[in-house]
Amino acid sequence: MEDFLEIGGKKLSSRLFVGTGKFPGNAVMRDVLLASGTEVTTVALRRVDPDSAAENILDYVPHACTVMINTSGARNAEEAVRIARLARAGGTGSWIKIEVIADTRYLLPDNLETLKAVEALVKEGFTVFPYMSPDLSVARRMADCGAAAVMPLGSPIGSNRGVKTKELVRILIDEIKIPVIVDAGLGKPSDACECMEMGCEAVLVNTAIAIAENPVETARAFAMAVRAGRLAYASGISGSVETARASSPLTGFLRDNG
Amino acid sequence: MSFYEILSAIDRQGLDRAFAAFSEGSIGRILDSDAMAEEDFLALLSPAAGNCLEEMAGKAHRLTLQFFGRTIQLYTPLYVSDYCENQCLYCSFNSCNSFKRKKLALNEVDAEGALIAATGLRHILLLTGESKAKSPVSYIRDCVRILNRHFSSVSIEVYPLTEEDYAGMVSGGLDGLTLYQETYDEDVYRSIHPAGPKRDFRFRLDAPERGASARIRQVSIGALLGLADWRKEAFLTGLHAKYLMDRFPDVEIGVSVPRLRPFSGSFQGECRVSDRDLVQIILAFRLFLPRLGISLSTREDPGLRENLMPLGVTRMSAGSVTSVGGRSVDTHESEKLLQFEVADHRSIPEIASRIRQKGYEPVMKDWVPFS
Repeated sequence: MEDFLEIGGKKLSSRLFVGTGKFPGNAVMRDVLLASGTEVTTVALRRVDPDSAAENILDYVPHACTVMINTSGARNAEEAVRIARLARAGGTGSWIKIEVIADTRYLLPDNLETLKAVEALVKEGFTVFPYMSPDLSVARRMADCGAAAVMPLGSPIGSNRGVKTKELVRILIDEIKIPVIVDAGLGKPSDACECMEMGCEAVLVNTAIAIAENPVETARAFAMAVRAGRLAYASGISGSVETARASSPLTGFLRDNG
Repeated sequence: MSFYEILSAIDRQGLDRAFAAFSEGSIGRILDSDAMAEEDFLALLSPAAGNCLEEMAGKAHRLTLQFFGRTIQLYTPLYVSDYCENQCLYCSFNSCNSFKRKKLALNEVDAEGALIAATGLRHILLLTGESKAKSPVSYIRDCVRILNRHFSSVSIEVYPLTEEDYAGMVSGGLDGLTLYQETYDEDVYRSIHPAGPKRDFRFRLDAPERGASARIRQVSIGALLGLADWRKEAFLTGLHAKYLMDRFPDVEIGVSVPRLRPFSGSFQGECRVSDRDLVQIILAFRLFLPRLGISLSTREDPGLRENLMPLGVTRMSAGSVTSVGGRSVDTHESEKLLQFEVADHRSIPEIASRIRQKGYEPVMKDWVPFS
């Protein structure tokens, strides 16, 4: 079955996006990106150093991967916009993951500032992926502004707690016309699978892979889980609910009694 | 309530009694819980917790991995002036010490910056002694501006400034502020700072808050370990860090754990802090404030630094020179006066390579100046 994710003018066969923070080395990170089959990877502009003779993180990103620069470090919309402009001026493309965080304790996003940055950056021609707390009205506005997707958190960044926001993410999937990509907090492949079964278009995983004992194998496991979850969703796994209902254990007597 | 008021309200003898009252059982319960109150932090610094270091280390290691990954951010200090009006008993730059003092000209600052930047390092910490006559705010601001040509992140470790002066530096490209209180015990503070502007305990204590108010992005605090009872010093440093985090949720708050080192003078400090004690302090900080940045300088030797990496350290200095213009500026050996002796003399590439061997990524750049 052919199944592509069409997003930002690209047609992707992998629905696993992988982040590049926290890795024990750039070489391992590259191996992970290759093993996961990912086609989109996020890189924080703050880690990019084109002037370094020795190490530039971008040199380790496989050519097949689209780089999505994230605005890590931005505390408000204005800072996020400046980082995005610097990224584009530096030649890293125009895919931007907007991360506006004014809270260093939980690293939760500031939805209002993020929305402002979406508005500004879409107007400037960027392909914009806002990292957000799953809030329906904000997600609607981001979609109306022209965001390429919304990226609600599953649980706080780095927490590996799984999809604690499941009910809210489900509402976004039901209501928002643009892709919903769960980002942050996915600790196990089964968490990623769960998101995909629900109908997320993709997931983004970083910490769980980067700090695993074996990052490369963990990346493979996530890739398999994402494929399994997507296949389950596409094959209508939710239809099993209908089957269960058909047996009508509570109202079956109506039929029995004619 | 200001932190000074919080500090003044703490009963120090009560802290000693509280430290003695904790048992190893209470440490186990604290480690099993996700929540961490100030009293739990106190317990983690107690003698009883000293017998539970391995258990504490397990959890501290997991938390550090979770929030920082296997990365260590590197920076290096650059001393630009050793003129000083203070008489800190533990410091070579003490104004009573007679030696040929030096202040870098701006072109020398530029040359030192270029030399350091050639190693690939993009984070620098600029230091001066306290002399408003020789190294005034305008001079420090000029140094920051020049170093911005070479570095992504310029921090200062200089005498405490007003909020307006900090704000002026932020608009000139300042990214970070490091300011050690030296000791949170006001009596000890007065006795080891017999003269000079540094005698003003409160002006120094409030400086990190003024810096954060002025929108400095990262603020690091600390006590010079060895000046007073380390358990109380670490506890009060932790409370100070939490106070700043609560008030400035968008500022990255960090701590350092500098231990008193040999210097040009005879002061020994009242309280020895062993390697074991230092480990307990780092673990307690990590468990109390999981996202706290923890810096470790070249005051510690290479072996200990490597062993401390997995326990909670997130930043390390490298290639440190603790005299003015020690890298490019031609200074005769006999004229060099070190602020203190470093214990890790390895070069930046050597340290980076060793960090990689230990399975960690040495991060040379982790900021982008966007203003």
